[in-house]
Amino acid sequence: MDIRDFMKENFVILDGGMGTLLQEAGLKPGELPERWNVTHPETVTAIHKAYFDAGSNVVLSNTFGANGLKYDDAELEQIISAALANAKKAREESDKGGNNSNIEGYATQGFGDEHSSRARTKFVALDIGPLGKLLKPYGDYEFEDAVAMYAKTVRFGAAAGADLIFIETMNDSYDTKAALLAAKENSDLPIFVSNAYGSDGKLMTGASPAAMVAMLEGMHADAIGANCSLGPDQLTGVVEEYLAYASVPVLLKPNAGLPRTEAGRTVYDVFPPDFSASVARLMEKGVRIAGGCCGTTPAYIRALREKADKLKPVPVVRKELSLVSSYTHVVEFGQTPVLIGERINPTGKKRFKQALRENDIDFILGEGLKQQDAGAHVLDVNVGLPEIDEPEMLEKVVKELQSVSDLPLQLDTTDVAAMEAGLRAYNGKAMVNSVNGKEEVMEVIFPLVAKYGGLVVALTLDEDGIPDSAEKRVAIAGKIIRYAGKYGIEKKDLIFDPLAMAISADSKSALAALKAVHEIRHGLHANTSLGVSNVSFGLPERDIITSTFFAMCLEEGLSAAIMNPFSREMMNVYYAYRALHNLDENCMDFIGYAQTLPAKIAETAGGVRIVKEGNERSRGYEPMRTVQEYGLKNAIIRGLKDKTGRITKEMLREYLPLEIIQTEVIPALNVVGERYEQKKVYLPQLLMAADAAKAAFEEIKAAMSKGGATAGGAPDTETSDADNKKSSGSEGQNSSVPVRCPIVIATVRGDIHDIGKNIVKLILENYGFKVVDLGKDVPEQAIVDEVVRLHAPLVGLSALMTTTVPSMEAAIKLLREKAPWAKVCVGGAVLTQEYADSIGADKYVRDAMDTVRYAEEIDAALK
Amino acid sequence: MADDRKSGDRKGGHVETIMEDIGSDSPTVPRYIEYDEPPLKLSELLRYSGLPADRALAIASGKLTEPEIIAKVNKVVLISRGTLVCKTGYMVSPLGWDAEGFPVLPLEQHSETLKKNLKGCSRAVLFAATIGAGFDRLIRRYERTEMDTALFLQGYGAERAESLANTFNNEVKEAAELLGYKAHPRFSPGFGDLQLAVQKEFLGLLDAGRRMGITLSESCLMAPSKSVTAIIGLERK
Repeated sequence: MDIRDFMKENFVILDGGMGTLLQEAGLKPGELPERWNVTHPETVTAIHKAYFDAGSNVVLSNTFGANGLKYDDAELEQIISAALANAKKAREESDKGGNNSNIEGYATQGFGDEHSSRARTKFVALDIGPLGKLLKPYGDYEFEDAVAMYAKTVRFGAAAGADLIFIETMNDSYDTKAALLAAKENSDLPIFVSNAYGSDGKLMTGASPAAMVAMLEGMHADAIGANCSLGPDQLTGVVEEYLAYASVPVLLKPNAGLPRTEAGRTVYDVFPPDFSASVARLMEKGVRIAGGCCGTTPAYIRALREKADKLKPVPVVRKELSLVSSYTHVVEFGQTPVLIGERINPTGKKRFKQALRENDIDFILGEGLKQQDAGAHVLDVNVGLPEIDEPEMLEKVVKELQSVSDLPLQLDTTDVAAMEAGLRAYNGKAMVNSVNGKEEVMEVIFPLVAKYGGLVVALTLDEDGIPDSAEKRVAIAGKIIRYAGKYGIEKKDLIFDPLAMAISADSKSALAALKAVHEIRHGLHANTSLGVSNVSFGLPERDIITSTFFAMCLEEGLSAAIMNPFSREMMNVYYAYRALHNLDENCMDFIGYAQTLPAKIAETAGGVRIVKEGNERSRGYEPMRTVQEYGLKNAIIRGLKDKTGRITKEMLREYLPLEIIQTEVIPALNVVGERYEQKKVYLPQLLMAADAAKAAFEEIKAAMSKGGATAGGAPDTETSDADNKKSSGSEGQNSSVPVRCPIVIATVRGDIHDIGKNIVKLILENYGFKVVDLGKDVPEQAIVDEVVRLHAPLVGLSALMTTTVPSMEAAIKLLREKAPWAKVCVGGAVLTQEYADSIGADKYVRDAMDTVRYAEEIDAALK
Repeated sequence: MADDRKSGDRKGGHVETIMEDIGSDSPTVPRYIEYDEPPLKLSELLRYSGLPADRALAIASGKLTEPEIIAKVNKVVLISRGTLVCKTGYMVSPLGWDAEGFPVLPLEQHSETLKKNLKGCSRAVLFAATIGAGFDRLIRRYERTEMDTALFLQGYGAERAESLANTFNNEVKEAAELLGYKAHPRFSPGFGDLQLAVQKEFLGLLDAGRRMGITLSESCLMAPSKSVTAIIGLERK
C-alpha cells in the first residue's frame, strides 16, 4: 500500500528514539551508529520490531547519519541496504507475531498489542538527517554539493526498497531544500519532511514554520512538520502554525522533554503518560502523523497508540493561501496590498546596465536593500541584457541577494534556463514572472513551477496579443487556470496581471485594466498584480497619474503592484489605503510612515532611503550653504556618509565631476590615509571615511552615466523605465576616478573569514584601482585564471589562519609558473615579514594603507 | 528557554543546575542555556573594531569625545536588535591524567599548553556559546554595502560572544566555589598547541550542530562565526 493512500483515512504512528536505545545496547560514544546495521543487525532489528509491536505504522531506518561525508560509496551502500533489510525483517517478524525481542525492557508485555500489531499496516522509511555542513555563503559547502550528497543516500535507499523517504531534524531551510530536491530527483517515493525548531519557534537559520510550509508544499512534499529539539508542549506553537498554513498532513515527532544526567544515565523529564497526552491533544487539533524523537522508547509509542486509537483523525483542509517565502518568512497575497519593488531591472537604467556588464554585484544588492528600506515586500529581479549570460547572472544575483536581504524574490526573465537556475538556487518559494496565455510559454514554465514551487505571475495575453476588452482578458485568465491545473498548479499559486497600458496611447486602457482587476478578483476569486507605472507612459508628472491609478486599482481588489518604492506618491497611496481600509490597526503604520516624511519633500528618486535612515534622517534636505559650512572634504574626513552623498549631489549641479574628485575627494582620502599611517586615526575612522568617499563616487558615477561628464547633469530624473532617451555616450565607462591598474584579490582556499580583504578592496577602490574580488575560500587555479585573463600586474592574497598559509604558498607557486609578470602581496592575521618571505611573496603588507602604497608603486612603474 | 527551570533561584540564573552537573561522577549529558543579552562593554566593542586598547578605554569612559564613532556604535546596536540570540551548551566531565601526565578528557588531545592550564584539576566544563546565525547575515549585508558599519558589527559581535562566554563562565565559577572547587581560566581550541582540529569532537560532544546550530568548515572554523568554545578546569581547593 502507498502510505499516501493509507494516511488519507488514518493516523500514522511513527517510531521513537533510536540513538539512546543503541547506547543502552552497548554503542560507545563516538562510535558511528549506522555501522551497527551491519555489525549488530539483530539489535537494530529488535528495536524496530519493538516499535512495530508497540503500535508504529512506520519505522525509520537507522540511517540518520548515513551520508557520503561519513562513509565511502561502498560502505554507504552496504549500510543503507543493511538498515532497510533490518527494518523489513522487523516488519516481517512483527507481522508474524510472537515476542522474540531480546532487548531488555522493550519486550511487549501483554496489552494485546502483539495481536493487534500483526494486522496493522506497516511501512519502512529511509531516514535522512542533515549533513551537518552549513551551506554557502555562511558556511563553506555548495548547495549543489549538498544535493549530490543527499542524492547518494536516496538512490541507495530507494534501491534497497524503502516505502518512503523521511527527511528529519533539518535546522536550515536551504539544506532542507537540497535534501528534498535530491529525494525528488532520485526516486518516486513519498517524501515526509520534518524540521527542528528552536525555542523561539524558528529554525536555526531563521525560517518560520509558515515559510517552511510555503517552500515544502511548493515542492510537493507529501507530509511536513516538526521533530526533535523540544518536548511536545514547547512545540505547540510551531505545530499550530503548521496546521494553520498547511494543506498536506502535518507530522510531529517531539523529544521526551529535556535531558539530564542521573547516576551516569541520560534521562528525560516527560514520561509516556504525559507525552502521549500532549501529543494526542495536538492530534485532536489536526496532527495526522505522530511519534517520538530523542528520549522516547517503545513505551511512549505504545501509550501514544492507545490514545490515537480513541481519536478520529481531523480531516486535512486545503488552505486557499497565496504565499511566497524567503528563508525567514512568508508574504501572503490577497489580504493587505503587496509592494513588489521594480528597481532591480536594467531597462532604461544606464547605471544598472553598467553594473551588470562590470559584474558589479554590490551595486545590484544596494538597489535591493534600498527598496527594502523603502518598504518593498518583494523584490523583482531582472538581470537580462543581451550581452551577458543570463542564467549564470540570475543564479548569482539570487544567491547574493538572499544572503543580504530576507525579502522574497520575484524572478523576472523570459529565458527559461535562467528561470530554472534562479528557482533552483532560491532559498524559499519564489514568484515567477511570468507566463501568459500562450501554450508554448506555459508548457515550459509550469513544469519548473511544479518542481521548484512558485507563485506565478500570469499575463492576460495570448497568441493574439493583448485583448482590448476586460472580458477577453478574464477569459485568458480562465484558460491559464485550466492549463495550470494539468501540472498540479492550483489557482492560489497564480497571480494575474491584466496589463495596464498607457492612457496616452488609448484613453480607455485604464478602465479596461480596472474592470479586469475587478472581474478576476470577484469573479474568478484569484489574485492580481499590475505594473502600474505603464499607465502614465508618455505623460508629464507621471507619479501623479500612476499613484492615482494605483489607488483606483486597490479599490477594485488589486493584490499587488510592481512599483517604485522610492516614489513618495506611491507610498502615500499605500499607507493611506491601508489606514482607510481598516488594514492598519490604530493607523500605527501610517503614523510611523508620516514621521519619516521630511519637512520639505526634496528627494524621492535615485535611492534616498525613505525609512530606517540612520540618525541623520530627520534633517532631510540641506540647502547649499552646508557645502560652505562643512565642505565635502570635511564630511569625508569625518566619515559622514549621508552628508557626503548629499553635498556631492549639490556640488554636481555646479562643478565638473573630475573637479570634485580632484579638489575634494582625493585630498580628503589623502588626509585620512596619512593620519592613519601616523596612527592619529585608526581602522574604524579610515573605513568610515572610505565609505563616505564611496558615497561621493556613487553619486558621481550615477550623474556621469546619465549626463556624461559635464556639470549640470540632473542627477535625479531617473524615476521609471523606458523613458531614458539620452545618448549612451558614457555608458559602460567608469571614468569618475583616475583609472589605475587592475588588482586581483582573494582570501585563499580554506579560509572563510574575509573582512580584512574586504577592507583592502574598499580602500584600493577609493584610490582608483580596479579591484577584482574573487571572494573567500578561492582555489589556486581560479586566482591564476583571473590574473591571466586580466593580465593583472598585482595580486593580493589574504589568509587568517596558519592552517591556510600553505594554500597561499601553493597559489604563489602557481602564479609564478603561469603569470610570472604578476607581483604578489600578502596579508592577514597570521602573516609576518618572515612568513611572507618564506612562502615567496613579493611583499608583506601589514594593512590596507600599506597595500595602497605598494599598489601605487606598481602602478607608477607601469607608466 | 528549555533548561531555564532554575531561573528564579537566588544563586545566579543556572548555578544550581551547573552544580548538579559538577557533582556528577560521570560525563554529563549536554545541557543548553539561553541567556538574556549581557550588558555591553563598550571599550571591548571598540577594541574589537580596531581601536587600540587605550583609545577604546578613553572613549568608553568619556575622556575622549568621538561623536562619529559613538554614532556608529549606536547604529550597529540598533540594527542588531532582534538578530542576537545568546545560547550556550555545556557538559561536565571528570578529568583524569595519563601516564605521561596529559589530561584525559572525552576529547582526544595531546596538548602541552592545555596540560599546563588544567594542572591540578579533577573536573572540566566543556562549553560552547554562540550569538546565532542571524548576526553573520547582518554582517554580510553590511560588508556588501557599508564596510565601516560591517567593521563595527564585527566588533560588536565579537564583544557579544565574549560577554556571553563570560556570563556563563561566571556562573561556572560561582557553582564551583560553592562546591569547593576553584575554576581555572578558560581555554579555547586554537590557543597554544591545542589544535583547532579538536573542534569536531568538541562540538560533537555537545551535539552543538543539532542543538545550537554550530557547524564547522573544512578548516575547522565555526559558523556562526561569533561563537566560542572553551574548557574550564576545576581544581579541588
